[in-house]
Amino acid sequence: MKSIGMVSVAAAALAAGFSGSAKAEDLTLCWAAWDPANALVELSKEFEAKSGHTMKFEFVPWPNFADRMLNELNSGGQLCDLMIGDSQWIGGSAENGHYVKLNDFFDAEGIKMDDFIDATVVGYSEWPKNTPNYWALPAFGDVVGWTYRKDWFERPELQAEFKEKYGRDLAAPKTFAELKDIAEFFQNREIDGKTVYGASIYTERGSEGITMGAMDVLYSFGFKYENPDKPYDMDGYVNSPGAVAGLEYYKALYDCCTPPGSSNGYMSEGIDAFKSGQVALQMNFAFTWPGFESDANVGGGKTGYFANPAGPDGDQFAQLGGQGISVVSYSSKQDAALEYIKWFAQPEVQAKWWEMGGFSCLKAVTLDPSFPASQPYAQTFLDSMAIVKDFWAEPSYATLLQDTQRRFHDYVVAGNGTAQEALDGLVSDWTETFEDDGKL
Amino acid sequence: MSDETSSRTPAVARPGLARRMGSLSDRALAWVFIGPTIFLLLAINIFPLIWTIRLSLTNYRANRTNADLQWVGLRNYERILTDSDIWNSMQATAHFLIWTLVLQVLIGFALAYLINKKFKGNDLWTTIIVLPMMLSPAVVGNFWTFLYQPQIGLFNYVIAFLSGTDPSSFSMIGDVNLAPWAIVIVDTWMWTPFVMLICLAGLRSIPDSIYEAAECDRASSWRQFWTITIPMALPFLMLAILFRGIENFKMFDLVVQLTGGGPGNVTELTSINLKREAFEKWRTGFASAYAVILFVTVFGLASIYVKALNKVKQR
Repeated sequence: MKSIGMVSVAAAALAAGFSGSAKAEDLTLCWAAWDPANALVELSKEFEAKSGHTMKFEFVPWPNFADRMLNELNSGGQLCDLMIGDSQWIGGSAENGHYVKLNDFFDAEGIKMDDFIDATVVGYSEWPKNTPNYWALPAFGDVVGWTYRKDWFERPELQAEFKEKYGRDLAAPKTFAELKDIAEFFQNREIDGKTVYGASIYTERGSEGITMGAMDVLYSFGFKYENPDKPYDMDGYVNSPGAVAGLEYYKALYDCCTPPGSSNGYMSEGIDAFKSGQVALQMNFAFTWPGFESDANVGGGKTGYFANPAGPDGDQFAQLGGQGISVVSYSSKQDAALEYIKWFAQPEVQAKWWEMGGFSCLKAVTLDPSFPASQPYAQTFLDSMAIVKDFWAEPSYATLLQDTQRRFHDYVVAGNGTAQEALDGLVSDWTETFEDDGKL
Repeated sequence: MSDETSSRTPAVARPGLARRMGSLSDRALAWVFIGPTIFLLLAINIFPLIWTIRLSLTNYRANRTNADLQWVGLRNYERILTDSDIWNSMQATAHFLIWTLVLQVLIGFALAYLINKKFKGNDLWTTIIVLPMMLSPAVVGNFWTFLYQPQIGLFNYVIAFLSGTDPSSFSMIGDVNLAPWAIVIVDTWMWTPFVMLICLAGLRSIPDSIYEAAECDRASSWRQFWTITIPMALPFLMLAILFRGIENFKMFDLVVQLTGGGPGNVTELTSINLKREAFEKWRTGFASAYAVILFVTVFGLASIYVKALNKVKQR
C-alpha cells in the first residue's frame, strides 16, 4: 500500500501542475494487437500534432497479451508509459502499484467518471469495485454479443421450414432456448451447395476463451460469483442449480451445433468461421463487428447483430470485455502520459474514436440521438453494454481464470464428469486461492 | 605509426604476462584458467538452482512483490505430490515420452538402415527426410493444426480415404482419445530424422571388415544384424534416446501450438503445466517446488541412464 500511496501523491503533484508538458517525449502505449489498435494509431496522430510528443506502440497478439504485459508490469519494466490493460488486471495493478491512481488528475482536469457508461467505469477503472478509486479511463467498451447471417434468415424457403418445425418466425433469438433451436436448424444444412453449421462459440483452452464464452451463458442462467451479502462465499452461487443448467446448456450447444474441429476456438477462429460462411450464428466480442460490415462475404447488410439472449428465468446478462487506459507507475514520462489521457477523454476525440471503429465509452457519444443509427451494430452494442457482468478482477484473477479454463474445458470439450462436478471443483479451486490470499 | 605501436605493444606485454604467470604455481594457474568458467557456472546454474529451492519453501508470488513472504516449509511439495491434476500431467508426459521414443527409435533406425545401403538418389532422400527437423517447432505445430482440421485437413482426408469414414467425423486435436496420439504423431514426424542421423553415424562407424569376416563364417544377414549391427550401433541408439528423452520431457512449444494442453488436460504436459503455474497463475513458490521435483526426476533418471550408456560403450 505504501507504493500506492506514493504513486497517488505523485499523480496529485503532476495533476496540480499539469498544463501540458513542455518537453517533447517519446511515449509508448501498450495494447493488444487487433483492429482497434490500428485505429488508435491513426487517431493518435492528432495528439502527436497537437502535443509535440511522439507516440510509439507496442502491440501483442491476444493469446500472449496478458503473459507479456503482466510480466512487464510485474518486473517494473519501463517499456510502457500508457497501458490499455484488460479489465481483470485492475485489482492486481492497483494493489501492486503498477498503475498511477488517477482521482486527483481527473479532479484537476474536470474529467468526470459520470460522463462514461457506468458499467465501464466499474469494470475498467475502479478498484476496489464500486468505490470511487480510479486507476484507468474507460478506453474501449466491449461486450460479448452475437452475429447472425441475416441473408440466410431472410430466405423464404428457410423461413417456411423453420416456422413449420418450431412454430415461430426465423429471427434473432430472444432466449437461449431459441438460440439452440436455430443452431440445430442450421447444423449440417446445405446452403448454396456448401455444408454449414449452427454456431461458433468460444472453446479456447490456453488463455481465457472458454471462460468468456461459458460465463456469457451462465450469468443468464443464474450463476453468481459470490453471496451478495457475504464476499467470497461461493458455495451455492457458483454451483447453483441454475449455473449447472447453464454449463450443461453450453456443452449441449458445443456438442450439437458447432463446426467440426471447434475444440480450441476463440475470437479469430469465430471471425474466420463467420466470414467464410461456415456458421449461421457467431458468439464474439463487439470489436469484431465493424470488420463484418466491411467484409466482401458477409458485409453489405448480410450480417445481423443481437445482444446475449435471456436465460430460462428471463435474466439477461452478457460478458464484459474491453479495457481502460492507465498510466504505468514505472514510467518516467508520466506527465506526458497524463496529457495523452486528457486529450483522449475529450468528447470530440471520443466521437472520432467511434467513427474509426473504436468503441467509445463516453455517454456524450453513445447517448447521442444519432448513435443508434450510426452503425448497424450500434443499438446492439448499447443494449449489450446495459447488461454486462465481468469475471473476477481480484489480484489473483489469473489463478482464478486458469482454474476456470481447466474445469470448463474438461467438462465442455473433453466431456469429463458432470457440470455439477465441474462447478463444485471450481468452488473448491477458488476457495483455495482466496484462502491463500488471506481473504477467507 | 599506428602499425608500429600496435606491433610493439604485445611484444612488451608478453614477457610481463609470462613472468607473472611463471611465478604462479600449477594449481594457481589452473584456477586462473577455470575460475571464470566456474564463476559463470555458479552464476548461471548453481545460484538460480539454490534460489529456486529457497523460493520453493515460501509462498512467494512474482506478481505481488509487495506482499509479505512467508516460509511454508514443505507444504508446496506436499501439495504437488498429492495434486491429482499434476499426476495427470505426469501421466500425459509419460505417454508422450514413451511413445515418441519407441516410434522415433524404430522408424529412425529403420530409415538409417535403409539409407545406409548404397542406392541411387541416396543423398537426395537423406536431405528430404531431414527437412522436418529443420523447421521451427512453432511453425510445425501451427501447420499441423491445419493438417488435422476435420473439414479441410489433409491428414483427415488421407485417413478417410484409407478407412472410408467421413473426414469431418473425427477431430485429432479435439478428441480426448485422439489428442494424445496427435501430438505423438507430429513429434515423431519432426524428430525421427534426428534419430535417423545419429543411427546412421553409428551404422557407418561399423567397419566393413567385421561383416566380411561374418560372411566368411557364413553368418546369415539376420544373424549379422543381431550380433554385429545392433550391438555396435547400440551406444548411438542410446545416445539418441537420451537426447530425445530430455528434449521431450521438456516439450512445450509444439504441443502448445497444437492443442494448448487440451482437450481438458489430456495433453497438458508437465512443462505446460509448470508454465501455467509460474507465469499465468503466478504461484512462484509452488512452481519452484514443482520445478525442483522435475529437476530431481530428470537428473536422477539421466544419471542412471548415462551410467548404463557408459557400460554399453565399455563392452
